[in-house]
Amino acid sequence: MNKHETTNKTIPTARSKTKDIVRQSLKKRYNRERRFKWHGQAAIAVALLLLLILFFSISGKGYTAFQQTMMSLDVYLDPEILDPEGSRDPAVLARGDYGGIVKATMRRMFPEVTGRQDKRALYALVSSGASFMLHDKVMENPALVGQRVSVWVPADDEVDMLMKGHVSRDVSEADRRLSDQQLVWIDQLVTEGRIQKQFNTAFFTAGDSRDPELSGIRGALTGSLITLVITLMLSFPVGVATAVYLEEFAPRNRWTDVIEVNINNLAAVPSIVFGLLGLAVFINFLGFPRSAPLVGGLVLTLMTLPTIIIASRAALKSVPPSIREAALGVGASPMQTILFHVLPLAMPGMLTGTIIGMAQALGETAPLLMIGMVAFIVDVPSGIYDPSTALPVQIFLWADSPERAFVERTSAAIMVLLAFLISMNAVSVFLRKRFERRW
Amino acid sequence: MDSIVNPTNIPAVHTTSISDVVKDRSDVVSRENRSTVGETIVEDPRISCLDVNVYYGEKPAIRQVGLEIARNQVIAMIGPSGCGKSSFLRCLNRMNDTIPACQVTGKILMDGQDINGKGIDTVLLRAEVGMVFQKPNPFPKSIWENVAFGPRIHGLAQTKKELDEIVEKSLIQAGLWDEVKDRLNQPGTGLSGGQQQRLCIARAIAVNPEVILMDEPCSALDPIATAKIEELIDKLRLDYTICVVTHSMQQAARISQRTAFFHLGDLIEVGETKQIFTKPLHHLTEDYITGRFG
Repeated sequence: MNKHETTNKTIPTARSKTKDIVRQSLKKRYNRERRFKWHGQAAIAVALLLLLILFFSISGKGYTAFQQTMMSLDVYLDPEILDPEGSRDPAVLARGDYGGIVKATMRRMFPEVTGRQDKRALYALVSSGASFMLHDKVMENPALVGQRVSVWVPADDEVDMLMKGHVSRDVSEADRRLSDQQLVWIDQLVTEGRIQKQFNTAFFTAGDSRDPELSGIRGALTGSLITLVITLMLSFPVGVATAVYLEEFAPRNRWTDVIEVNINNLAAVPSIVFGLLGLAVFINFLGFPRSAPLVGGLVLTLMTLPTIIIASRAALKSVPPSIREAALGVGASPMQTILFHVLPLAMPGMLTGTIIGMAQALGETAPLLMIGMVAFIVDVPSGIYDPSTALPVQIFLWADSPERAFVERTSAAIMVLLAFLISMNAVSVFLRKRFERRW
Repeated sequence: MDSIVNPTNIPAVHTTSISDVVKDRSDVVSRENRSTVGETIVEDPRISCLDVNVYYGEKPAIRQVGLEIARNQVIAMIGPSGCGKSSFLRCLNRMNDTIPACQVTGKILMDGQDINGKGIDTVLLRAEVGMVFQKPNPFPKSIWENVAFGPRIHGLAQTKKELDEIVEKSLIQAGLWDEVKDRLNQPGTGLSGGQQQRLCIARAIAVNPEVILMDEPCSALDPIATAKIEELIDKLRLDYTICVVTHSMQQAARISQRTAFFHLGDLIEVGETKQIFTKPLHHLTEDYITGRFG
């Protein structure tokens, strides 16, 4: 009986001791947990803040580029200047002096301007693109010659900057690109309603130009698109096939180890090295054309492959072995097992890896510089051999240009690049959701 | 032990009384004897195994197993964890090939041919020897797809209608048809555990194999689902040769006609299930079935 009593006493005290110790440490434990959570939340908040700053600074600078100051001109398409012989021959019309017509129009609008210097200052208000617009209009409809037409032509980028408030009128004339006299003319045009801000269609339909008001991203966007399609079409099948072979078929030996280590190393190679490789192999050795999306796509494929292979292998590894066993158990060959069961299950992971690689490729500039996609190219590329640039390279080029008007266009191009990226990711998320299956 | 099913052809076994039966017997083989005792040979065997060894790397998993498996019978493999019963089962359809470090030696004869021989194709072998795994592993596809996969890849049906017939027949045989006939295009992974396992059995018999291997088919299931599977195994015995690995001695007693007892990589004893559970010849078998270890 006595023995019983002691055991009855000792066990509860031992228990309460544990309880006390645990209770003492509880507060500390929970505090630590709270701190840990707080760290995570703070990290997310900082990341979001930086992202917001980035978005606001870019779109704040760039949104004005989607509008362009246009000028209304009442043009008399003088047959004396365009077609002195009256033949209406397109070849003759094409060679007509449309610049002269624009100048004549400007002189007519401001008859008081007579001096040579003043005239030149007056002509500078209109973009040099105005004569091309007239040219295109006449070529489209030769019957216009001899008539008066009212057209909206882009104003010069200096006028554009003034209208958008990027240039201050208050600084002294010497520090301004527009003279006091030009400001007077502009004010007169504004009061006449001849100057207006309109949607900047040229930005989306034109290629690059030395004149900011005529430049657009169509060429770079098309170049990026062609390059990415080539990259996707090459890197996805090759990457997936490599991953499937290495993961499912290859024997484990020294050779596969060497290959694996090299693939992992390639993923860490600076991208400019791939550019040098592309220059040496594709252009100098194989003789592919310089600045072509084909070479850009090949170089970006080399750069993207390791990413896709590593992600695809991880996706294949994560397919539960029970699925493989089930398929093999009913007598499926290894190929059938992989095609019907393993690949569909690994596809979401593979797509994620691919989209990460493609996003990287979309934003890549350095290797494209090495293969000549940094050239100044006005035409929109129409094939894989045409010279072209890419969006990030276009941003790089514009950021380097001295004209004030390219600042907003740089930001606008970045916005387009981000939109491209986001829509690409959206497509991949959609695809992944479609392929996703639980097991 | 209240067995939930008690099919008539299975001997009523009362494990509680076994210890009393064997306590006083002096003729049991001593614990030190590692060679197989009992009837390893049967008349007209479906599969004959001779000196089968399995190694994982350097480590042997089973040693010198000789065993014949009779037609249209259920043979149960019992033994403590890690005794090699699953390794042995996986030799029979060369599932061990999928494990890189695994090596199998010895002869396993089916239709007079060594299945480990050079001319044997694993695809053909696995079409003949189906397998049901421990954890139900239906494909993450529809019920219909699950069952139709095997017949389709082997080309057992030419038209969708023939496939439909095979799917229906297999599901009926697996006792699942009534439960799923209205939702054949719903995912197989949405079924309950027991239904999933019967789906896996249907998938295995859809290929029309001759032998079905089952690796602890009920270990992940509740008693009611287990009872259904056991009932099913007993029915399937009429058409197929079945090898079941099980942890449950009661289950072995309920469903099998012959039992093989493995211990630490050795096949210790083989015999009629009734004899194993009432008059084991080996001391280790006796220890195991009376619950002294394992």
